[in-house]
Amino acid sequence: MAESVDTSLIAARGVSKQFAGIEVLSDVDLDLARGEIHALVGENGAGKSTFAKILAGVHRPTRGTISLNGQPVDIPSPVAAQRLGITLIHQEPISFPDLSVAENLVLGRDPGAPLARVRWGEMTRDARRLMDLLGVKIDVTRPMRGLSIADQQMVEIARALASDSRLIIMDEPTAPLTPKETETLFGIARRLRDEGRTIIFISHRLEEVRALCDRVTIFRDGRKIATDTIANLSDADIIRLMIGRPLKEYLHKARTTIGEVALKVENLTLPGVFENISFEVRKGEIVGLGGLVGAGRTDVARALFGVAPAARGKVFVDGKEVAITDPTDAIAQGLAFVPEDRAVAGLFRTLSVEQNITAAIPRHIAPGGFIQRARERAFGNDSVRKLRIRLASLRQPIGELSGGNQQKAILARWLLTDPSVLILDEPTRGIDIGVKAEFYDMIGELAASGRAILLISSELPELLALCDRVLVMSEGRLTANLPREEATQESIMQAAVPQTRGVAA
Amino acid sequence: MSALETQSAPSSQDAAPVRPRWQTIIIRPETMTLILLVLGVFAGGLLSPYFLDINYILKSFTLYAEVAMVALVLTMVIIAGEIDLSPAANMALSACVFAWMQQAGIPIPVAVAIGLASGVLMGAINAFFAIALQLPSIIVTIGTLTLYRGLAQIIAGDKSIRVPEWFIGIDKIMLAGIPLPAVIFIVLAIVLGVVLGGTIFGRQIYQIGTNEIAARHAGIRSARIKLILFLLIGFVAAAAGIMTASRLGSVRYDLALGQELQMVLMAMLGGTYIFGGRGTILGTFLAAWLLVIVSTGMIVANVLPAVQLVVLGGLLIVSIVATNFIYSRAQR
Amino acid sequence: MSMLRSIFLRREAGIAVMIVLFCLAVGSVKPQFLTLDQLRIILLLTPLIMIAAMGQMMVIVARHVDLSIGSTLGVSAMMSGMLYRWDATWLGFDVPWWTGIPVSVATGALLGFFNGILIQLFRLPAIIVTLGTLSLYRGLTFILSNAKQIDRQWIPSELKGLSQTSPILGIPWIIFIAFGIALLTHWFLNHTRVGRQIYAIGSNPVAAPLRGIRVTHVTLMVFTISGALAGLAGILYASRWGFVNPSNTGSGFEFQVIAAVVIGGVSINGGVGTVLGTVLGVLLLGCVAAALPLLGIPGTSQAAIYGSVILIALLIDRTVRQQGIVSLKRSRA
Repeated sequence: MAESVDTSLIAARGVSKQFAGIEVLSDVDLDLARGEIHALVGENGAGKSTFAKILAGVHRPTRGTISLNGQPVDIPSPVAAQRLGITLIHQEPISFPDLSVAENLVLGRDPGAPLARVRWGEMTRDARRLMDLLGVKIDVTRPMRGLSIADQQMVEIARALASDSRLIIMDEPTAPLTPKETETLFGIARRLRDEGRTIIFISHRLEEVRALCDRVTIFRDGRKIATDTIANLSDADIIRLMIGRPLKEYLHKARTTIGEVALKVENLTLPGVFENISFEVRKGEIVGLGGLVGAGRTDVARALFGVAPAARGKVFVDGKEVAITDPTDAIAQGLAFVPEDRAVAGLFRTLSVEQNITAAIPRHIAPGGFIQRARERAFGNDSVRKLRIRLASLRQPIGELSGGNQQKAILARWLLTDPSVLILDEPTRGIDIGVKAEFYDMIGELAASGRAILLISSELPELLALCDRVLVMSEGRLTANLPREEATQESIMQAAVPQTRGVAA
Repeated sequence: MSALETQSAPSSQDAAPVRPRWQTIIIRPETMTLILLVLGVFAGGLLSPYFLDINYILKSFTLYAEVAMVALVLTMVIIAGEIDLSPAANMALSACVFAWMQQAGIPIPVAVAIGLASGVLMGAINAFFAIALQLPSIIVTIGTLTLYRGLAQIIAGDKSIRVPEWFIGIDKIMLAGIPLPAVIFIVLAIVLGVVLGGTIFGRQIYQIGTNEIAARHAGIRSARIKLILFLLIGFVAAAAGIMTASRLGSVRYDLALGQELQMVLMAMLGGTYIFGGRGTILGTFLAAWLLVIVSTGMIVANVLPAVQLVVLGGLLIVSIVATNFIYSRAQR
Repeated sequence: MSMLRSIFLRREAGIAVMIVLFCLAVGSVKPQFLTLDQLRIILLLTPLIMIAAMGQMMVIVARHVDLSIGSTLGVSAMMSGMLYRWDATWLGFDVPWWTGIPVSVATGALLGFFNGILIQLFRLPAIIVTLGTLSLYRGLTFILSNAKQIDRQWIPSELKGLSQTSPILGIPWIIFIAFGIALLTHWFLNHTRVGRQIYAIGSNPVAAPLRGIRVTHVTLMVFTISGALAGLAGILYASRWGFVNPSNTGSGFEFQVIAAVVIGGVSINGGVGTVLGTVLGVLLLGCVAAALPLLGIPGTSQAAIYGSVILIALLIDRTVRQQGIVSLKRSRA
């Protein structure tokens, strides 16, 4: 115990957390040293985020102790955590959009009298100083609204510095960033570490973990599995520890006959978002659409589906030119779109699974306007069987299902429309590896049955495993059209990276 | 995002166990309304023997039938995720338009048609601001309620406009022993109940109210459905206004003044969720009767109108607390 | 100077321009509209709305709304009125003329606090709660007063004098009070921590508690202040009109106040709005109200005018703010 008191900033012992009787974190023992960048990796639901949130005061542990500098501490709230010098930087930074950057930096930091005077001049000067320290050029007097995600993250980091945080937790920070912004972030993280601060880096991206971090801790099923210096573990080791079994190598996908062109897009343009997008998808083909977050891929999908139509360009379905201004048009033309964020754009949380599954086929369940429950039930049962959806009853609210099963239900919804073109936007996001494999099989089967599939994904292994061709978008333009043989992680990344800057080392 | 999933079903594939069917049928706000209704009849019976006379209750109902009719459609509007506070002012303005037309010599059927049309027009104006311009319907309809009431004031001034003798007395007409306004209400409730509960149109109203973005993505024409609802409530409000003219014998600008409260109250007491996605015609139907019992009871008990206002306001608050509570318990 | 900043500046400037244009337009038809005397009349129409608008502005910036301020005004005015009427009977002596002011303000604060409790502690939507208390409080006015009006003779003349006598330039005290409250509000919202927290809560209610803002305390405070200011408007109603009537006093007041606030650039979604804008909004409404009798438009149409004004203000709000307006319900959910 003497050594850990000496060097560790945070010592967690036996930390456990229960939510509604279900234990999501069990007996975690972890030491975080001063002046290190420590990665937490694990599948979704493995407990790494929960553990980080406990440190950040968002959750209270059900059992266990946490010591800071050798002294046991209680962290009842995020504000308390901040006072102890622990700051959490969210993936989607939270801020007050209508207040200025300077105010966002200050707000809530030191508790003072409510009627205390706001020192505008001092606040602005301090804010500018912090921004300069980080090497970031942001006008601190402007409102937060409209700042890029990268800039918002910088502001959050500045906040952490302003309160002299000793422990800064970054939860999946690089997902929305360009490589250049990522490198800036990494540079700052390294500087902070050299100053003696501790950084926790939560990420799925093993390349980044390897590039940035000193040590890594792997979580699985709510437990800490291992902690080691990054040099001692290979990627395969890490993956094996994460999933508890070697990852099944996804072999060459089954050969399907590829038919005529089902979807042809010509010079699709939405000024400021994407430009001159042209590609084809054939029947039986799985075309991937890769790129960084913010490249415009979802926007293209939304334009195709009529949610936010393009300004110019032509779309041909089965050889016929169509004008799609509305999702209803799109469905009528045989398109289907499984959106990226199912909570926002897919689920009717409080409605039954049945109602969710049949939401896009009103005419099939209610030919005369009146709903025929028997038909609806039949469709529901059929979908549950085909997609192996695990639920207690079709009548239960879909919000009670797990993430993977919710996604299956949404997929079922769209399959019922019998689409000829299926657009999938990050379909396996937030889904555990076991269910992911099921999805890959299903996508393969869908292609085999003659549908044309456009698969938008940020997961390179997924694109490489499933697709016949991979398109890559970068900053609103199509930068690559790679047949399966030419598609590699490097070639995709190279095309995904913005042109004016190279891939930072 | 992931935190939410962690809470509902963390690492396992299975879903939470489903509640038994009888539980989902019984534990709902409509049950609360039904219980209150029964209690109300008991309490009323204690106050006065008249209460247990069905004819007395039916007769009392005619005073509220118009408001109740509108409340039924308002329920659908609220389920769809919008709200309309202008129907009471709509009633007044449509009635004023109708009365003014017929006073100017236009034949009654035409005047009625124009009155109804003006109600639809008012609904269309609400729809324009709320749907086309995407402004919050609460603020829009606060604005239009002021506007419509003001226009009614301009048309009618401070005077009453009389309607012809033969037009008066809709509440005196009996159909199988039930006053006509009550019959209209019951029929409307049945029709709307079937539409909301059994048709795809009704289902889509629930879907829009639950998650409008998801509804759009699923190809549901939310703008069109909302437009229909605003027009419908405009029409029904106009009809209710003209019915009131028949019942009262004359039209003033302050017809149905302040009754938007009662309409909202009926919907809320019936278990309609203010944020949309939940509610039933049955609930509002029961709540309308409940409100009639409460209001009539207060009159029989010689409660001052002012106190009645207090009671209604208090009821509204209590009903939303209770509804919120029930819905948040049912969710996890 | 960022683009958004310049839009805001444009908003206040826009209202000022609208006021000037409107006055010029009316003045071209009726030249007497552009006299100093007329200015006095316009200003006299505004103080009650100005005071209540300061409170309502804070409520709306915090992403709520208070529909009960008219009824609150009524109850508060009635409490003071009854004190003046019955002081001899209850207390045995005549209270000083200014006693009504603290009584009225305290009553309003209490009613506002009650609203705050229901909204914050029970997590109920402000719109529906204040719709309920609108009736509740109005009913209370009747009950307290036994449905009787408090006549002119009972209102102390010094109190009435606030609206008539003037320290300077012929502008009555009541107007100075109103502008004083506006200045106070400006200081409060821009130069105190808690004032900025109100903007924060309105801007991102989810983030506020995570940043150490005591949302419950601040929200309760906001509604209490709104009620207190409505109470102040109540006693000044007695000052201005000389009587208190249970059915009319404050009836419909809330719509005028909301109209002024919305015109003034306060966003319904919270987080945005300035005192200057609100003051200009009140002045614009005052000009419109003053122009009506001059132009021969009957007083009965005032309601219609206010209604259209709210709608026009919303239209402007919509076109100026390019980004999609998140509806009230979405931002709550």
